[in-house]
Amino acid sequence: MIDSHLPALIALTFVLFAILIPMFGLWKPKSSQPLAVLGSGIASVLSLYAFATYLQTGSIRYFFGGWEPPVGIEFVYDGLSGFFVLVINTVAFFVLIHSRQVARREFPGKEMPYFALAMLALLGFNGMILTGDLFNLYVFLEISSLASYGLIAIGSRPAPYAAFRYLIIGTAGGTLYLLGVGFLYTVTGTLNIIDMAAMLPTFATNTSVVAALVLMVVGIGVKAALFPLHGWLPDSYTFASSSSTALIAPIGTKVAAYILFRIVFYLFGVELTDAVAPITTVIGILAAIGILYGSIMAIAQTEMKRMLAYSSVSQIGYIIMGLSLANPLGFAGALLHVLNHAVMKACLFLVAGNLRMKEGHSDISKFNDSYRKKYPWTMASFSVAAISMVGLPPLAGFFSKWYLALGTIDNENWIFLAVILISSLLNAVYFFRILEKVYMMNPKKDQKEGSDAERNEVGFSMMFPTSVLAIALFVIGFANAAIVGILFNIFPM
Amino acid sequence: MRRQEESPIVLLGSRLLSPYIMLFGLYVIFFGHYSPGGGFQGGTLLAASILLIRLAGGRRVSRLQIQEFATTPLAVFGVIIYFATGLVAMIMGGYFLDYEMLPFTGMEPAMVRYWGILIIEVGIGLAVMAILVMIYDNMVKGEDYA
Amino acid sequence: MLDFFLGHYAYWFVVILMCVGLYGILFKKNLVKKTIGLAIFQVSVVLYFVSIASKWGATVPVKDSNIPVEQVANYLNPLPHTLMLTAIVVGVATLGVAFTLLMAIYNRYGTLDEQELLEKIQ
Repeated sequence: MIDSHLPALIALTFVLFAILIPMFGLWKPKSSQPLAVLGSGIASVLSLYAFATYLQTGSIRYFFGGWEPPVGIEFVYDGLSGFFVLVINTVAFFVLIHSRQVARREFPGKEMPYFALAMLALLGFNGMILTGDLFNLYVFLEISSLASYGLIAIGSRPAPYAAFRYLIIGTAGGTLYLLGVGFLYTVTGTLNIIDMAAMLPTFATNTSVVAALVLMVVGIGVKAALFPLHGWLPDSYTFASSSSTALIAPIGTKVAAYILFRIVFYLFGVELTDAVAPITTVIGILAAIGILYGSIMAIAQTEMKRMLAYSSVSQIGYIIMGLSLANPLGFAGALLHVLNHAVMKACLFLVAGNLRMKEGHSDISKFNDSYRKKYPWTMASFSVAAISMVGLPPLAGFFSKWYLALGTIDNENWIFLAVILISSLLNAVYFFRILEKVYMMNPKKDQKEGSDAERNEVGFSMMFPTSVLAIALFVIGFANAAIVGILFNIFPM
Repeated sequence: MRRQEESPIVLLGSRLLSPYIMLFGLYVIFFGHYSPGGGFQGGTLLAASILLIRLAGGRRVSRLQIQEFATTPLAVFGVIIYFATGLVAMIMGGYFLDYEMLPFTGMEPAMVRYWGILIIEVGIGLAVMAILVMIYDNMVKGEDYA
Repeated sequence: MLDFFLGHYAYWFVVILMCVGLYGILFKKNLVKKTIGLAIFQVSVVLYFVSIASKWGATVPVKDSNIPVEQVANYLNPLPHTLMLTAIVVGVATLGVAFTLLMAIYNRYGTLDEQELLEKIQ
């Protein structure tokens, strides 16, 4: 019986805990974080079980209120949405375990609103992935965005200003998406994705449909930090608190990339998208520019969180470039990179949180080689994640870049191949700079600074998620053949 | 800025109008089936009736109408009504928010859906009213006028 | 030519409101004025949806006892109105969050002008 209700249950778990956390939090504030971890854990277990069920039986369509589509709203659990739900729920679970001590240090007294907002943000993300109705997607997009603005504003002193800028740009993007949905509704008369995908080929050259596609891509591109629309990202990720960034950064832009996948591959189909205007080519070029821009700007930063924010702009460019290739290898590479980047970025931002907890700052110019004595496990996780970001085998990052490169060769797109290789080198520059400062002794300085430091590692609840995510990179790297096999099955052609 | 003086004329006008606006808000919630209306619109009108007194009289007077701490439990209660209806429908074997499966005995399915929609709209109206009042209260908290 | 302008007058209103809203977001320095520009931008999209729901010679979608329900051409399309109710509520929630953020910015920095804020943050 629970099997047929699974898509709705994953989203409803977050609603239930979003109601429970204020209720118990007003009575006992310390109970907010365990409740949040419990809710996220239940949702991760449900999404794992649902994905295992999907691999055996096939997709599930859940009709809310008993109304059949196209009259009613439905949740569609197929391979693409199941994969994304699994990735974001498990990453969120580990990040919420980590946030216990960070919450006590960085925003004491605001734990109950923070974890309630975290539950609502995860509700919005899960709803966006699972829904099969275009307007319902807008509603969940705004729910997750509003919760994200709140999460970012709970942070350091300039945080409300960064959140306000994100609000203005993000809401304008959502409104443009809504206008695109309006154009599609005017032309086809339905809002259901599966129903509309059957109707659209007859309207291929209608100006409204092309305008709708462009509006939707621009609107969702704001949320996905596509190159010229990424301006909100560095400030927001830097000034938010460590656990907010670790929650939103691996998840938020991926869900917007999911919506782009859904629109380009499932709703319009690749031939229809390029029928009038070369939209996939333009998206690919913007993504390539974004990759190079993000890497170059990341090299110029001195603060670790800001560097990781620009690195996120660069990595989401990989995913969108894989989308623009529109062949099975690019699709598999992009989805594998979604999984890899979510785990890697979460691990890196958790490392930044650990360093901020112990040192009070995460300024790269002040790193010295006493760190490798003081924080051995943290710096080991950082090394694993950094090597994976650069893309060296056998870690996970190598395989996603490998499949993306194979996809570009398949399309004979040599410029994108060059972009992938050059940006891997640039990634190496800014990550190995930190590794050099921490692991290699400066021959001019005193020997005492490094060898005198004592071990001062962070507590277990912060160390456990960081290490688990770093070990997961090895696991994903070794198991990548199985994962890519599943991803090839999801490709819709 | 000069401290705001309370004007007895504005307060009297608001006190006369507020109950009628509240009544009209309830009418809009319950008549959502037959005429334009429903939960969101009625909730906004109810919130307008409460905010009128808060704007006209300040905290001292508005505490007599609805206390400031009472809005959070009201909002949570409204949301709980909404989701409890959906969960009851799900437990009874239908989909989430499938009003046909609600345990009302002896009615034909169309009437059960009618009652289901009504319960949902009441929950939404309550939640919208409490949240709009809560937004205003949080914004003027700590100010020494009003 | 005149027919083109007059026939699509609803769309012209939508476009003008969108341009006014975008002008407010982009060119005004005060943060409150940017928020008002955002609200105008959202209202223009609401106006678009409502305008596509109307038909010539149709009445309000409330069941009239004179007209049988099967002749649906006599009633307006109520679906865009329903969608726009939700969109308006989303807009109100966004404004609520925006004003709370503005109050936090004002309490911390004492100004709501973008130039002064950027100087104070740096």
